[in-house]
Amino acid sequence: MKEMLHGSKAVAKAVKLCDVDVVAAYPITPQTPIVEYIAQMVADGELGAEYIMVESEHSAMSACIGASATGARTFTATSSQGLAYMHEVLWIASGMRLPIVMVNANRALSAPINIWNDQSDSISERDSGWVQIYVETNQEALDSVIQAYRIAEDKEVLLPVMVCMDGFVLTHTMEPVDVPSQEKVNEFLPPFEPEVKLDPEQPMTMGALGEPQWYMEFRKQQDEAMGRALSRVKDVDEEFGRIFGRSYGVLEEYNTANAEVVLLTIGSLAGTIKDVVDSYEDVGLVRLRLFRPLPEEDIAKALEGASVVGVLEKDIALGLREGALCTEVKKVCYDHGLSTKVLSFVCGLGGRDVRMEDVEKAIEVCRRAAKGEKVSRTTWLGLREAVL
Amino acid sequence: MKEIRFHGRGGQGAVTAADLLAMAAFYEGRYSQSFPSFGTERRGAPVLAFARIANSFIRRRSQIYSPDYVVVLDPSLIEVVDVTQGIRDDGKILINSEKSPDELGLETKAEVHTINATKIALDVLGVPIVNTAMIGAFGAMSGEVSLEAIVKAVKNRFSGSLAEKNVRAVEVAYQKMEERL
Repeated sequence: MKEMLHGSKAVAKAVKLCDVDVVAAYPITPQTPIVEYIAQMVADGELGAEYIMVESEHSAMSACIGASATGARTFTATSSQGLAYMHEVLWIASGMRLPIVMVNANRALSAPINIWNDQSDSISERDSGWVQIYVETNQEALDSVIQAYRIAEDKEVLLPVMVCMDGFVLTHTMEPVDVPSQEKVNEFLPPFEPEVKLDPEQPMTMGALGEPQWYMEFRKQQDEAMGRALSRVKDVDEEFGRIFGRSYGVLEEYNTANAEVVLLTIGSLAGTIKDVVDSYEDVGLVRLRLFRPLPEEDIAKALEGASVVGVLEKDIALGLREGALCTEVKKVCYDHGLSTKVLSFVCGLGGRDVRMEDVEKAIEVCRRAAKGEKVSRTTWLGLREAVL
Repeated sequence: MKEIRFHGRGGQGAVTAADLLAMAAFYEGRYSQSFPSFGTERRGAPVLAFARIANSFIRRRSQIYSPDYVVVLDPSLIEVVDVTQGIRDDGKILINSEKSPDELGLETKAEVHTINATKIALDVLGVPIVNTAMIGAFGAMSGEVSLEAIVKAVKNRFSGSLAEKNVRAVEVAYQKMEERL
């Protein structure tokens, strides 16, 4: 049934539909409404889950790890400093191959302290062994949480999944969302039945010491699982499409067929860019939905016809003098022998609004580069030069 | 697509007003979107909220800079912020004020309307929370959403006697604005 929902409520409804067993979370803006809604559902008896109140995000993820190891379906949500505070335990969740699902409401990192949206927080966790999905709409946030459990709990994968949604821009925006029926979700998502779990009747150790003669093999297996996750993300999304009539792919191509210039982005910014590129004949968009594992073949295929790619992203890889995603796109082009010129456009940091004019400016720079003009490899969009 | 900007003060319900308008448009079978200006919420501070209404899914996520409509919940804001900023020449501005549009003397090509929503809110609700009255008046002024759709949105958002009172505030304001046009 279609309803008008804030992104945070859409996520809470997805968590309920997935019949999650344990939720452990600590409040942080702009994620807080997600766990508030879930806490209300648990208090009202609508969701038969254990809601664990903890004193920090580090403890929230630790509680999820313990719960998941016993075979419970677990959920948490966080943002920014909360995700950063979880950093060391994120590696434990992925290293122990626990299928925890977390929503990260993307928010800038301090300092200066800032509660608004950018994607530096989850981009900084790119190597922590979590599958990362970035969504464009509240509908996709709801759908991706449901898909995330199927991906995470797949016996070929067994990796935690982070669903990243732009803080405020999605979490606090109300828009129409089709909420699927419980019957259909049950058809798509069977109960979680782990092959191994912590059980007092059959004691075992998980997360034990990995000495030098074992550690590398653990990591190699994790890396292989990431490789398998790529095809499972596609399969799960296709099956979701058959049941629910909506699918997203690992990336979305928009007007790329005859595009000389292709813009590439992640998250909700894609919507604004689509409205802009509609006015151009030769400009397209690739919206990357799956960031980890990086769908390299798919990216290369989507970019092969373009002469210039402009990567618009809400993060800055300090020391690289460009966005982190831009560097990865360059890597894909290099590995696939593409001579595509890749330009970085840093925008929307700390909640700076990305206006349609900013996107037009990026297109103009890309077009000049396509004509052979020398342009700056990195452009900061919407920057107030006068105050620098 | 129609774009609406709401000016209010923290605690007056500007964000709820934007949500109610988006919900009413949704009940009319149209697509809509509402969002706050994402500031740190402080009671009394000037706040912005936005809504868009269209006939297909609204993809853009930027803030609104050239609104078709501006709704001002607190008349004292006119002294503090330029509520006419970016308004389209063929746009309309609705202000909660006991004064007439001429008395306010705003410098704009847009049409200016006023309604004493504070009085309606005090009479009907007993508190000066004007968002529902303002949405009622907006419905009549703009023709973008029907009275029935606004009432449905209010009933969805509030419950019990609070819903009843707010429905009454919507109806009174809608009628007052309709009579004036």
